[in-house]
Parts: sequence; structure tokens; C-alpha cells
Amino acid sequence: MGYIIGKNIVRKEAFNKVTGTAKYTDDFITTGIYHAELLISPYAHAKIINIDIFEAVSSTGVKTIITGSDINVLCGPLLDDMPPLAKEKVRYHGEPVAMVVADCEQNAKAAVAKINVQYQPLQVVNSVLNALKENTVIIHENLQQYKKNVPDVYPEANSNICSHVKIRKGDQQKGWQDSEIIVESSFTLPQSDHAAMETRTAQCEILPNGRVIISSSTQAPFSVKEQINKTFQVPIGVIDVNVFFVGGGFGGKVPVQLEILAYIASKAVDGHAVKIVNNREKDMITSPGKIGLEANMKIGAKKNGKIMAAEMHFNVDCGGYAEIGPRIAKAIAVDCAGPYNIENISCDVLCVYTNHPVATSFRGFGHTSQAFCIERMLDKLAAALNIDPLEIRMINALVEGNYSPTQVKITLSNTGNFGECLNKLKTLINWDEGQRIEENNNLVRAKGIGCFIKTSDSPTNAISGVLLTFNSDGSINLNCGVVEIGPGMKTTAAQILAEKMKMDIGRIHVKMEVDTQTSPVHWKTVASMTTYMVGRAVLSAAEDLIRQLLNAAATVFKCAPEDLEVADEKVFLKTDLQTYLTLKDIVHGYQYQNGNSVVGQIMGRGSFIMNQLTFLDKETGLGKAGPYWTVGAQAVEIEFDTQQHTYRILKAATVVDAGKVLNPKTVKGVLMGGMCMGLGLGTSESFIYDTEGIVQNTSFRTYKMMRYGENPDYLIDFVETPQIDAPYGSRGLAEHGIIGIPAALANAISVAAHVDIINLPITPEQIWRLKAGVQV
Amino acid sequence: MLAFSEKSIVKLNVNGENVTVMINPSYTLLHVLREELGLTGTKPGCENGDCGACTVLVDGWPIKSCLMLAAEAIGHQIVTVEGLKNAPIQKSFVENWGFQCGYCTSGFLMVCHALKNIHPDANDFVIEQWLQSNLCRCTGYGEIKNAVKAVLENRI
Amino acid sequence: MIAFDFAYFRPNTLKEATEIYKQIALTGKTPVYYGGGTEIISMARTGSVKFDAVIDIKSIPECTTLCVESDRLIIGSAVTLTKIAESGCFPLLGETVSRIADHTIQGKITIGGNIAGTIIYREAALPLMITNSKVKIIRKNRLHDVPFFDVFDGDLHLQKGELIVQFLIDKNYLNLPYCHVKKTKLDKIDYPLLSMAAIKTNNGISAAVSGLGDKPFLLPGKILNETDIPETIRVDKTIAAIQNNIISDLIIASKEYRVFVLKNVLTQMFHNFKGA
Repeated sequence: MGYIIGKNIVRKEAFNKVTGTAKYTDDFITTGIYHAELLISPYAHAKIINIDIFEAVSSTGVKTIITGSDINVLCGPLLDDMPPLAKEKVRYHGEPVAMVVADCEQNAKAAVAKINVQYQPLQVVNSVLNALKENTVIIHENLQQYKKNVPDVYPEANSNICSHVKIRKGDQQKGWQDSEIIVESSFTLPQSDHAAMETRTAQCEILPNGRVIISSSTQAPFSVKEQINKTFQVPIGVIDVNVFFVGGGFGGKVPVQLEILAYIASKAVDGHAVKIVNNREKDMITSPGKIGLEANMKIGAKKNGKIMAAEMHFNVDCGGYAEIGPRIAKAIAVDCAGPYNIENISCDVLCVYTNHPVATSFRGFGHTSQAFCIERMLDKLAAALNIDPLEIRMINALVEGNYSPTQVKITLSNTGNFGECLNKLKTLINWDEGQRIEENNNLVRAKGIGCFIKTSDSPTNAISGVLLTFNSDGSINLNCGVVEIGPGMKTTAAQILAEKMKMDIGRIHVKMEVDTQTSPVHWKTVASMTTYMVGRAVLSAAEDLIRQLLNAAATVFKCAPEDLEVADEKVFLKTDLQTYLTLKDIVHGYQYQNGNSVVGQIMGRGSFIMNQLTFLDKETGLGKAGPYWTVGAQAVEIEFDTQQHTYRILKAATVVDAGKVLNPKTVKGVLMGGMCMGLGLGTSESFIYDTEGIVQNTSFRTYKMMRYGENPDYLIDFVETPQIDAPYGSRGLAEHGIIGIPAALANAISVAAHVDIINLPITPEQIWRLKAGVQV
Repeated sequence: MLAFSEKSIVKLNVNGENVTVMINPSYTLLHVLREELGLTGTKPGCENGDCGACTVLVDGWPIKSCLMLAAEAIGHQIVTVEGLKNAPIQKSFVENWGFQCGYCTSGFLMVCHALKNIHPDANDFVIEQWLQSNLCRCTGYGEIKNAVKAVLENRI
Repeated sequence: MIAFDFAYFRPNTLKEATEIYKQIALTGKTPVYYGGGTEIISMARTGSVKFDAVIDIKSIPECTTLCVESDRLIIGSAVTLTKIAESGCFPLLGETVSRIADHTIQGKITIGGNIAGTIIYREAALPLMITNSKVKIIRKNRLHDVPFFDVFDGDLHLQKGELIVQFLIDKNYLNLPYCHVKKTKLDKIDYPLLSMAAIKTNNGISAAVSGLGDKPFLLPGKILNETDIPETIRVDKTIAAIQNNIISDLIIASKEYRVFVLKNVLTQMFHNFKGA
């Protein structure tokens, strides 16, 4: 081991990305392509009385105009609850109401402005709290009639609840009896946006022979195929989805939305190529964002800090439609205890409809919100017991032999070593100097901790695959269905292959684009599962290649395959390293001197399927949601101005059990990016609604994100406890940088300002209100 | 006086070459670079001047091409990422892991390149002032800082 | 992408500019003078403004000049914020405009454009409001020098076809002790909760703020300069005096919080001017 694993490998496409030549979906400039432009709802909840397209339809360049009444389908990944264009009523601000297809963007936009829609505003469900009130407004009147696409989603009749996940572990009664102290709190965390720099876009053309050609900025090309197939009964084999570089995903490019609209648009103009591109404003509200969360938490503990029981109620704000919300609810439930051993747990996670924009997967998949709650609770417990916050985490740290909330046995391989992460964090952030240090000029320096645990919650049968072919010079072509959204996964796949083949990574050529007709299926590029899934498939394909290479060389050398070994693009005789065949001489067949040829073309195939995963029991949550966990400990250090209530972020630290670090700079980069985004959530990112559920900040002018220089110094360290079933022991690691950071920030500010932070984002105004006792 | 009332053929100077291109007075420079000249390295991110992904150089200074009409560019020298041609900042971004998805990269490169030319001795305050014009959603800006500093300190 | 068509004119002289304006207006169409265009383009894209022609004034020498002539600083209305800041000619103005939008956009926004803009902040006006400035405008086909406050009371008041050509600032004001503070919700690149420019002359302190009201306004000089009472009381009196100018809650911050920030900023200002 160690041929190339653990080395800094520059991503394969690096120079294309610094020269402007790397192509993203909308970079293929095609003359003649039509443009589809959406008219979106200005209301959060309203009846559509009438849509008048009379003037718009005769506007210059208009090919057709489509409204909800033209389409008789409902779609959604779990529950078919969403019409592609609103039908009869709108359920969120920004919902697509009509679509103009025109010869160019300018004409399409001009025509959209000429459509007149008459709405009758309905009472708006502007929070989860309202959605769950008795006799509240029901957002989906026909909830029980919707088709379920998976068995484990549980809509509740006559309510706004689209699913409910329960965890019942241990003996609640005993847990509370054994508790000597009880801490309770509630939390409210807002919805926010992915804000990938490339907005979402899709194109569709339907060829005369029936083939449906889609290009999309998607993280899930194979889901696009499935959903077009399912929604429109198009044979799945005629659908091709092409994906080029994707300009950031963060979960936001998993939902299938614009692809469906592009298909509808193309179908309406006899299959002509149509493109649809979100402008930034629509990307923020029309396409899905991040969940909101309201939570009530209660934990009981011994005076020595040991947690005995927990009762948790999480209410996920999934917005107007379910999308993947019920799965996020599941993810929160599965990891509700954080990286801590809690033997007695009662946890209920509701996925709740509101009249907010739709939510979907977002970096961390619900864990960031969940971690905020549990990590604030740990600090509150520590404060109540006068125990050091790091120490209380150590006391409760999940260790080998414990059981997860869904009662899976924890091992070092499947979870790693959380205690060691805490130990390293202690040094990294210089915890021992003190959590709160008063300095000159009204300044206070303070630290807070936030930790994480995360598994994948994928379908129990998620798959990946790899195809390998040789060029005549012995170099390898690697083809997989993973989308290059930023973290360098294609390069990681090549690195794993190079290690296994013991060859130069420069001689491995990765197909950057995904084309669902020729790329093997990869579930989705999500959930920090790519290295694990595609890595396993790469190893399996490499073994397939090696077996064939050994057999071929054995034929030539007239020896047993076991006597041979592959390295440096050669097949050696183990006993005589001078006797070898170079790969280029066998990969396309071996030719003897007299012209006779044998073997034929060598190609490798490898595949992977999740194993041992189960559905969760509806009443107790018992079951296995993911193949492994990744754990880590994080901290944030701030400088707080006690007079102005402003703060600066000085440092952010992460220690994670990586199993094995494959590509240090790349892994650190992804972690730092997550940490930065976590600080964004902590400091400023959130949708702001008015009383009617209208989002007030739909541009980057008012939706604020971290900018250069606002970022702290990043401190990153690793623990390496190998995961036995992962490629080279490397545990999945991508989203995790974000998860504990908002909590760590809130813990730091709570200590610095002597306030109790229970909401995000944490603005100086919020701190000032808490200090001054001023109500909103 | 320059005057266009409708679609017209004009000359622009882009990446050191005079190009003839059809523009509509309402077209932004961003639109013309991408759709008419195929220079798609310049990216639309917000079309509102907030993100900087569309930054190009106009007479050596960074400009957000979404907030400039193509007609305004007549008579000025435009440089896009395609015109950088092995500038040190490009190599520095590669060597310092200055990007992931790569979508904001062109814009950052143009700002950094102009900064190096205009203020080769820029201190941290000036670097921050210039680079705060752009958003990156993948990195945490740490690597971008390393990349620009390596160039300013002539380490590339 | 802007969804409507318009014509583009780039005159080389003031005469050309005014004539083309008049010609277009005569046909019943709407011309607009165009400086940096950042606000015009972004509003046109969202459909919140419409016009038939833009008249780009950036090739008119009078509008792009930046120089000191006899005893005054002349800033053409189409001079970019970056050029003003880089020139160092008027440090208070340079510092103030360096905090508008972001650095790249400062290379496009012009001083005239910022002051004529519809966004309520118009921070470039703050230093002009406290330095007895004048503007050179085209009015009825002729150039006039008029006091800045004749055309600007926080909002710009020009008749159709009138154009600010230059801002004129007496040299004596350029290097006085000054103070500029901009406070935001949190991020550096954001609209201000409060942006304040202040100078100290022999006659005392003058200060103007934006972010508190629906337009920039002067803080009451009389109160600021009541040197016989303690600064903390002057701060409170100032806040009491401007209560009616402070608009209620904005998305970025509540009224109460902006007042809290103002209090801190005024305290800081008095501190900065100590001994100046």
C-alpha cells in the first residue's frame, strides 16, 4: 500500500478549469435552440382563478405556452405530490405557473411578462408550528390519494404531515428515572439555499426515432431517466441523459425538476431542442433549497454527565411539496443522538408541509440542523452540571460495542474513533487555554465545539459500476456514472485504480462526462458515498482486468497465472522480473511472431451494490440505514465585541476519522468548503419571509454568504481508523465539514456573550436583542 | 457619436484581436462574449453584479460583464479567461487547489490577474478588498488566498 | 438578459448629448442618461425600469475629468468610484465610495450614477453634503454652477433632460480631519445599516448619514457641536432629534437596532475627532 494513496493528486481536469475550457451544461452554444421561461407565483398560497395567455401567445417568437391544465401528471421522488406546473393552486412563492417556449431568451421573457394570472390568495401556512396546529389550513387536500414511490413514506390524513419517522430505543421510563438532571430546550432553524455558483439548467430534444436526449446540470442523471420514465411512461431505454461539468451541487442538483419541464416543453414543440435555465432568483426559490427545522429536545443525565435518556421532536419544514423531505426526516432520526451513546431514546421526526419553497437534500442531509440541536443540548447540560463541554462529550462518546439509535452495533470499522477525534481537537484548538478569555478593548475570545456523525440513508439497493478499456499503448480509460460536481471524484476513482494497478495515474484517462447510455449506473453523486461506492466498483473492475491480464500472459509464457504479477504496465514473472510482457502488447490481443494472435481485447467491469441495509421498522426505527458512519469533532473560535455585540471568526477546526486519507489536499479542500458554508449558515444564510410567506431575499445582494477574508483560519487534522470494507480503508468524507460548525459557532457565541443561542443565523442584532431583552 | 438603434455589426477588441460581431444594444457584454463569440469561460452566476463569476478585464481593470452593455465595450480592450494564456495565476490556482467545481474560477482569475498587474505590492487589506467582489461556494477561500499570494510574492 | 429593446448612444460632447436627448424625447420616447449603468442594467433585467434609449456619457470629456482647478476639485459625474478612490484626491470621499457595493463594481459605478440611483443609500453623496459642494449642471441648454443642495435633498431632483456634469468641491474641504464609518448587518459587502461621513472644520463637526432614513440626511450640526455638554448627552440628543427621519424596520435590521448602531458610531466619531 502507498503507491499513490495518501499523495496530493491534482484533479484531472484542473487546467481545463483555469482556462475556461471546461464545459458546463449551458456552455454548448447551439443556434436554433428554443428557450423555455417560467412564470412563477408571486403568492405563497393561492387559488389560480384564471390564466390569460391571449396576449402572450401572439408575442414575437413564441412557439407555445404551457400551463398546469395542459399537463396531467404528478411527480416526486418519494410521493407523487407535485405538478410540474401549478394546477388549480400554488403552494409556495416561486412555484412555476406557466412556461413560455420561444425562439430566444429575450422573446421568452418578454412573453412571460404578458401572461395575466388571476389568483385568489389563501391563508398562508408560514411555519411548521402553524402547519401542525389543530384545524390548520391543509396544503394538500388529496394527500392520501398521492401515489407512493417507496413503501416507507407515511403521509397522515387531514394534516400537513407527509411523513413520520420514529425511534424507540431502550427503556424510556428507566432512563428518566435514572436521570438526576433534565435539560430542555427548543430550536428554530431557517430554510436556506444551496447557492451553487452555476444555476440549475436542463435541455431536452426528442428525436424522430423517439430518443429523448437530455442534458442537465444534475447530480443524479440516472434519477432523471427514472423520473422521466415514471412520469411520462417513456421507455427508459430511449432516454439519454448527458452531464458535463457541474458548477457545484451540494444536494441542490439532485431533484429532477427542470429536466421534467424541458421534456414537457420539447414535447410541446414536436421534439425541438429546448433549454431552460434558472436565473439566480428562480434558482433560489423556484428550485428546491434547504429544509427548515423546529425541534424540542429534552435530555436526562447523571450528575457525572452521563446521558441516560433523550426525548426529541424534530419537525422538518419541507415546504410546499415533499420532494426528498421524508428521507431527510429519516436521516435526522437515524443519527438523532449525535456521536454519543444514549441508551434510551424516544425520537419523532415529522416531515411537514408549509407554504415555503420546497426543500431537498443539502450538504449534510439534515444532519447540520440535527447536530445544532444535540450539540447545543450538550453544552447546556455541561453548563448545568459545571462540566467542561469537551469533557462531557468524551464522557458520552460513542464507542465500539454501543448501539446506534436504530440499534446497529458500533464497531471501530463501521464508525471510527470519535474519542480520538475529540482528543486531537483539544490540541488543535488549544482548548486548555480556556473557553472564554477576556482581552483588551471590550473584546472576548471564545471557543465552541460541535461534533458530528453521519451515515448515508441511501436506498438499500443503491448501485455503482465501472467499465475499463485499454488504449493500444496500454493506458486505461475509466468510465463511471459519477458526476464531477467539484470534489474531484473522477480523479479519486483514477487514483484508486492507479493504486490497484500499480501504474502512473497520468496513464489513466477518465471520461469526465456522464452519458447514461454508455456510463454504468451510479445511484447518485451524493451522500459522501462516492468514494466508497465507485471505489469498490473500481477495485472490482481492476481485479477483473488483472485476472484477464494474468491469464493472457500465462498463455503467452506457458505458466500458471499465479506465477505472474501486474505492475508498471507490465505482467512480470514473479520469479524473474526481467521476464515480462508490457500491457500494450497484450491488451488488444497478443500476436506471435508468425502472425498468430490470441486473447483478444481486454476490458474490465466492476460493480457494487449496498449490502446488509434494511428498511427501518415503522414503530421503532430498528434497522440499518447505511453501511458505515463518519464521525468527527469541530470547533470555532471567535472574537466578540461585548459593546457592539459584533464578532469575528478567528479559527475553525475539524478533526475527522477519515479511515485513510486518499488525497490530503483535496479532502482538506472539501472539508474547508463545508466549514465555510457552515459558517455561512451560522452567520447569515437564511430565507427571510414576510407575513405572507413571500421570500424577501432572492438575490445574492440580500442573501448573504461568506466572502473572501470573512473566512477564518482553518485547522484540520485526521484520525485514521480503517474501514475494512472501504477502498484502502477510506471512509466516505465530503459533506461533513459543514455539520458541526453552526453548532460550534452558537456554542462559542453563547459562551462569549452569556446568551442562549437557539436560532440561526446569529446576527449581531440577534445577540443585541438577547442582551438587551428587546423582543422582535 | 456612437449610435445603434437596432441589431448592428460592430467591432470589439477581445483577447487582443478585433472581432466583428452582431449586437443588439440591449445585450450585455456577458451575453455577447458567450452567445455570439463562444467565449463560455466567462460564466453567468447571478446577472446582478453580486457574484463576480462573469468578471472580465476592460482596459486591464476587472469588470462584471453582466453589468456592462456590449455597446459600452466598443473602443475598449476586453480580456477574458481564454485570453490569459499561461498567466502565473492560472498555474497558481492549480498548484494551490484554488477551485473545486471551477465555475467561479474564471472570475477569480481575472480579478487576481488584474490585481497583480495594477497593485503588484498589494497587502492583505487590498487583496481582500479586490477579492471580496467574487463568491466561491466550494472552497473556503483559504486556497484562493494561497494562490493569489503565491503570485503576488512571485513564487509561481 | 434584458427583455426589451432600446437604442444606445455614446455622444462625444455635451452638445451632442443634450441634442440627442431632446430629439428622442420629442418623439415621445424615454431616453435616460447612462453612467456606469449598473443599476439601470440590473433593474432592466428584472423589468422594474423601462426606457427607449440610453445616452452613455462616458465619452464626454467634461463628465470624465478628475482634477484640481484653481481652488476646487472637479469630479466629472461619469468618474468611477475606483478612480476617485485610487486618485486620493479627496480622502473622505475615497474612503466612503470604497465601501459601496464591491471593489469590482466600484470600477463601473460612477459618482453621478450612485447619487442619481433609486437605492436609498446613495453613499457617495454623504461627503458632498458636508463640504458645501456645488454641481455643474446642464439646465435649459446651458451650464450652471449651483449648490449641491439645490438639486439634492437626499433624493436628486432634476428636470427631464437636465444632467449633472460635474461635482465641485472647495479645496479647503479636501484634507480636513474626517471620519467615515460604515456598519453592516455582518458581512462587509452589504448595504449599510448605517454609513456616516463626518468632517471637522473650524466651525465644528458636520456629519451626514445614510441607512437610517429613506434617503441620506444631515445630522443636526447644532447638537453635535454643543461643546458645553458631554458627548454622551449629545449622542442622545442627536438621536432624539432625528427620530422622525428614521424609517421603520428594514429586512437587514430593525429600527431599534439601527439606533443602537448609530449610538456606537457617534461615540466613535467623537472619539476620533478628539484633538483633531
